[in-house]
Amino acid sequence: MSGALAVRDLSVRYETAQGAVHALRHVDIEASPGEVVGIVGESGCGKSTLVTALANLLPANARADGAILYDGVDLAGLDARRQRMLRGDEIALIGQDPMTAFNPVLTIGDQLVDFQHHRRDLGRAEKRARIVAMLGRVGISDAERRMKSYPHELSGGMRQRVAIAAALLTDPGLLIADEPTTALDVTMEAQIIHLLRELRRDYNGIVIVVSHHLGVIAELCDRVYVMYAGEVVEGGDVDAIFHGARHPYTRALLACDPAGFPDRLERLPTIPGSLPSLTVPPTGCVYAPRCERAFAPCGLAEPRPVPLSGSHMARCHAVSA
Amino acid sequence: MLAYAVKRIGLGLLILVFVMVVMYAAVFLVPGDPATVALGPRATPELKKLLIERMGLDQPVWWQIVEFFRNALTGNLGYDVWSNRPVSTLVIEALPNTLILGLASLLTALAIGVPLGCLSVMRRGTLADGVIGVLAVSVIAVPSFVVAIYSLLVFAVTLRWLPAIGAGEAGNMASQFKALILPALAIALGWVGYIARMVRASMMEVMGEPHIRTARSFGLPEWKIVSKYALRIAIIPTISLVAVGLGSILSSAVFVEAVFSRPGIGKLITDAVSTRNYPVVMGTVLIMTTIYISITIAADLLIARLDPRVRDVFRG
Repeated sequence: MSGALAVRDLSVRYETAQGAVHALRHVDIEASPGEVVGIVGESGCGKSTLVTALANLLPANARADGAILYDGVDLAGLDARRQRMLRGDEIALIGQDPMTAFNPVLTIGDQLVDFQHHRRDLGRAEKRARIVAMLGRVGISDAERRMKSYPHELSGGMRQRVAIAAALLTDPGLLIADEPTTALDVTMEAQIIHLLRELRRDYNGIVIVVSHHLGVIAELCDRVYVMYAGEVVEGGDVDAIFHGARHPYTRALLACDPAGFPDRLERLPTIPGSLPSLTVPPTGCVYAPRCERAFAPCGLAEPRPVPLSGSHMARCHAVSA
Repeated sequence: MLAYAVKRIGLGLLILVFVMVVMYAAVFLVPGDPATVALGPRATPELKKLLIERMGLDQPVWWQIVEFFRNALTGNLGYDVWSNRPVSTLVIEALPNTLILGLASLLTALAIGVPLGCLSVMRRGTLADGVIGVLAVSVIAVPSFVVAIYSLLVFAVTLRWLPAIGAGEAGNMASQFKALILPALAIALGWVGYIARMVRASMMEVMGEPHIRTARSFGLPEWKIVSKYALRIAIIPTISLVAVGLGSILSSAVFVEAVFSRPGIGKLITDAVSTRNYPVVMGTVLIMTTIYISITIAADLLIARLDPRVRDVFRG
């Protein structure tokens, strides 16, 4: 089972002793079954908060406004129990750090059996058989023996494969991969990307891939949303974003990608300035203080999304359709 | 794992020898010889000399220690000159009562303390959590002999539900069980508080770890996350605490056995110390130290069993 995902005007703030931190503001995201959607942005842009909100795992001090419509149902409006029933059934999460993602004192097999708890129709032996098959599918040889292993006995790459297998075992309609390769070295990263590309061929649900790594997004996704300081500043097909970016932030971000330089550089390019405060967000455009194209209206009014060709849109006063 | 066990047992034996040497040194340093204390100021020098010889106190201290261990290895803990019985017999008679008391207290404390700690975590920040916290601190603050005296007053004297003294009739399980309830509760009560707080503290730490988020992201029910995913890790420091605390459980047993006139090691030691009956003191201390060290080793091995990461460190 899989339905479409539509995030509508989602804002999340964390109530802290120092005041409210506006981690997400007016975020709109669309994804249809079979699509791989990327979320890209630098650290602190709200990627993780978005993932946490989608997975219904926001901490107690978070306040969410807006709607997360999945298959027509607003996830944000469900009670805690019904949210829990969706997790690990309709929605699965592949975490950031495979080294700490699993319980250190329980075997892999034990945990993967537990993670299938929504499948009441299956007995323990059937669940174990599914695990063996799935571990094989994600490229783990000797699956029977690996099930008896503890997490620390597996390498980082292997653990991330197990994490992917765990998520796929639940047969989710919405699969969220939160920085799936960030904690891995380059060779492992390439292998995991290869694996995810292979798996998406026979997976019909929605995949959301979150990364600060432009290469990962380009390799895996159909569509991408660029986030900055809690807002989605540009969105569209991967080609449109990577080859025809309109928002100054996206352009600056692409210009900073080390993979784009053929030769060694003395200094890597950077975007001058730093992220605005999320406690007191700037009036007007969030990127204006760092933007080289900023002009009069940028500091005064918040830019509205400007629809461009297809699903391409950018939130910028300097962009017109 | 085996190498680890052997290493721990070797270290335990070393500690045992050290403790006994210190005990002998203490006897040597304490003023007043046992013969004078036991026989009174009017005893004849001949009688004193005879008693000192019978107790073996005329030998050099190092020789006494060597003799003591040589005999202990063959199961001979010395001779009680007063009752004319081997110390090992006295210990064997008293030991079961104390062990049952200690074990019953410990199990009661765990059976109440661990679930309370878990409940505290599941209801963190609520009234229930607060009440458990306050109760835990209160019961930790009350010494076990105070609980013993008051529970004796209420349940044995006023309400007459339970017996006030003794260990129950020999061979009568029901009577022995009844006689165990109040002393065991007196010792356990403070430990309920310790364990509940310890479990809560280590559990709160574990609940913040990423693997708990993973378990949540798969929608596992909270009780299962607490009782399986978190407790398996959080219980480890509690086991160390309980193993170390067994020493204090056994010393509480000394008071509690005195309050309830319950025959046991505690009573044996108190009586022996007050009459300067050194062979009995030495034999009893040896046995208690051995038990204490064994429990500590058992706890370490249990931790290695529960935590595969520790297991691997000692395997290599």
